[in-house]
Order: sequence, then C-alpha cells, then structure tokens
Amino acid sequence: MEYLLLVISAILVNNFVLSRFLGICPFLGVSKKIHTALGMSGAVVFVMTIASAVTWALQKYLLEPRGLDKFLQTLTFILVIASLVQLIDIVMKRFAPPLHAALGIFLPLITTNCAVLGAAVLNMKEGFGFFKSVLFGFSAALGFALALLIFTGLREKIDRADPPRCFKGVAISLVTAGLLSLAFMGFSGLVK
Amino acid sequence: MDPITTSTLCIGGIGLASAAALSVAEKYLSVKEDPRIAKVAELLPGVNCGGCGYAGCADYARAVVLDNAELTLCAPGGPACAQALAAFLGKAAAALEKRVALVLCCGDDTEATRRAAYNGITDCAAAQATAGGDKGCTYGCLGYASCARVCPVDAIAIRDGIAVVDKAACIACGKCVAACPRKLIKLVPASASIHVLCSSKDKGPAVKKVCGTGCIGCRICTKLSDGAINMDGFLAVVDYTKPLTNEETVAKCPSHCIRKDGAPDVSASTPNS
Repeated sequence: MEYLLLVISAILVNNFVLSRFLGICPFLGVSKKIHTALGMSGAVVFVMTIASAVTWALQKYLLEPRGLDKFLQTLTFILVIASLVQLIDIVMKRFAPPLHAALGIFLPLITTNCAVLGAAVLNMKEGFGFFKSVLFGFSAALGFALALLIFTGLREKIDRADPPRCFKGVAISLVTAGLLSLAFMGFSGLVK
Repeated sequence: MDPITTSTLCIGGIGLASAAALSVAEKYLSVKEDPRIAKVAELLPGVNCGGCGYAGCADYARAVVLDNAELTLCAPGGPACAQALAAFLGKAAAALEKRVALVLCCGDDTEATRRAAYNGITDCAAAQATAGGDKGCTYGCLGYASCARVCPVDAIAIRDGIAVVDKAACIACGKCVAACPRKLIKLVPASASIHVLCSSKDKGPAVKKVCGTGCIGCRICTKLSDGAINMDGFLAVVDYTKPLTNEETVAKCPSHCIRKDGAPDVSASTPNS
C-alpha cells in the first residue's frame, strides 16, 4: 500500500512537470510530435531509474560518511549521472542497437536534465531506502512521460487549429501547459 | 582531513574514475563503423527529407554502403548525386532524371468558386472530409496548405487560395504528393515546361460553372501536341514520356489551363466568366 501510494503520488499528485515544474525544457522542446515525445519519455524513464539507484549508493557510501552530503550533493550527482549516461550510451550502442536507435539522441540530451537531478535530490531529502528510491525515480519518470505525451497530443491538435494571431505558436502552447497544470491540481488531496 | 581537501579529493576521484571508465569503454566497446558511410553521407545533400524511404541521409548512406541500396533514390541530389555516389563506390550509375512536384490545378480564388464558407481547422484532409470540401470544383486545390506544411524545404506557397510549387526550390521528395487528399500533386520531369494545370474530369459545362480556367475537354490541344497530350475522359493529360514543345497548345487552349513555366498568366487579361 505504501509503495502504491508512492507511485500514485509521484505520477499524478506531485507530477514532476505539472506540479513541481521540473524538466520544463524537454516538456516544451520535444512536444511537437508524438514520435519524438515517445523517444524522450523512454529515455527519461531509463535514465531516471538508473540515476536514482546510483545516486543513492553514492550518497550512502561516499558522501554521508564523510559529511559532504550537505554541500557537495548537486555537483557529485551531476558529474556521476552525466558520465553514467555516456557510458550506458556506448554500451547500449554495442550490445542493444535497437534500443539505442529508439532512444537515440535523447539519451545524452537529458544527462543533466533538472528532472533527473530533481528525482535524485528529492530521494535524499525524503530519506528513501534503496528500493523506494528506485521506485520513486521510475514513477516520477512515468509521470513526466504522461505529462509530455498528453501535452504533445494537445499540441498536435492545436497546430491544426486556427487560434487568434497573437496566440499562435509558443503563446498558445504555454497557455495549454498552464491549463494542463491546473487540471493536474485536481489530483492534489488524492494522496496525503 | 579538513572538508576542503576531502571534497576536492572526492570530486576529483569521481571525475577521474568516470573518465577512465569512459575511455576504456570507448576503446573496447565502441562500434566501428565503415568509414565509407561517413563519406557517402557527405556526398548526400543532407536535407533529411526522407524521400528515399530511409530515416534521413545518414540512414540512407548506411543502406547504400551496407545493404547495396539503389543509388538513385535521392531526389534532392538528383542525377549529380547519384553519379557522385556511383563514382565513389565504383558502381555503374543508373540514369535519373530530375523531377519536380507540380500542382495540377490553376483555379485560384479569382477563377474558381467556393460553394461554402469553411472555417474549420486549416487542413485539406479535414476540409475534404467536411461535405467534400468548400471548393466548387470537386477536383481542384483546396488551398489549406497541407502540402506546404509537410514540405521539408518550404517550396510550396499558397497563392490566391491554391498551392504553387517553387520549381527551383523543390527537391522532389514526394511528401506533398502523399499529403494531398485530392491527389493533385504529381512529380513531373523538371525539363518539361508545358503542363495542363487541371484535374477535373467533369464535362465542359459542369467545369465552366465552377471554374473559369478548368479543362473543358475541347480536344484542341490533343490535335496540336503530336500525341503528347491525351484525353482521359473529359480531361487533357500530358504524357511526360513524349516531348511537348508546341507552344500553340498554350495559346489555343480556350480556358487557359495549359500553361508554360515562367510565362505570364494568360488568363489574367480575360474577364472572369
């Protein structure tokens, strides 16, 4: 039950994009076509899950015992996540070419994404254990994917509509994102 | 140890370890690609239009080198590109004629009627699905820019309510051909200069009712063209495999739907019927 609540809370209630406002750049940047949005979502789920696991170990066994976790956390996490993703990129290209082709360019793009870093930092702040950290990272990424895919669907429809000239392009996209965020506010109170 | 030394050592250590891991991985795990692939990709135009059927120029280059894909699939590059590829790979070049897209309709809003005021979403397929489109002519260009939106090089513009292809900019990728719900766009040889810009198969009186410049099926052009223009029902169609140079066809066409590239619009001087 506790785990279920964690998952629902990360996906719907405290959605990374729409309630915590993390990862806005890919949210606005790659939401023009469903195909690219899917690739991005896949890459985020992959990276965030792995990053949660690695940063947990790093925090537990390297930073905390030396009392460095108060001020060195952000720097260390960025460094480790970035090089880890590069490593995975190389390994994947060699051993899993289809997966590499599907995630492709998005994998290196999100290495220092704020959503990825946010998940890692939040894990430490909440004091989650290893399994809970990984689960939280995974479901937060699912929440990101959900928001991104919904938004992309909306934008694809808006592209074909005929809004007033002053609203065309980015303006109407930002208004849509705001409305979507409002809609997700409806989930607050679902999990305490 | 004081915190400064500890943190410096920590970050330095992590950075060093990561760098070592990455360089080892790069050295032992990286995938060696055929160096010819990069060279072939350089020979391609790099517009990534996807007209060849592969996901962009890099993918086509890979297919050319590894899977023996046809060398003539690149429409933007045209014959020059195919020959360059053939020369580089030591294969025989097949002949490829440069083609351009052509919208087979010249019934713009000054000539053709609209039978309804459409204000739905600006998309030709959507307009077509709404009671068959707002244009009086059921064959003509709707002008909602579905073709212009898919064009990777912005070669299509909407002028007076119909799509017009910029012949110089067109790379003949064929995306607009697939996007047009009325199948008005054809890829024609770039060398051909005289075209019948109408797709209406209706009888003459029916065409005249909705468009001032539609083909009325009078057959005058077929007699002047030495077999290069043939009738398909009530519509004159150019056979691009045969040479068509007789400019009399342009002058004699009573509804001015036979046009020559670059020539001034002949119908502009005649009053709208």
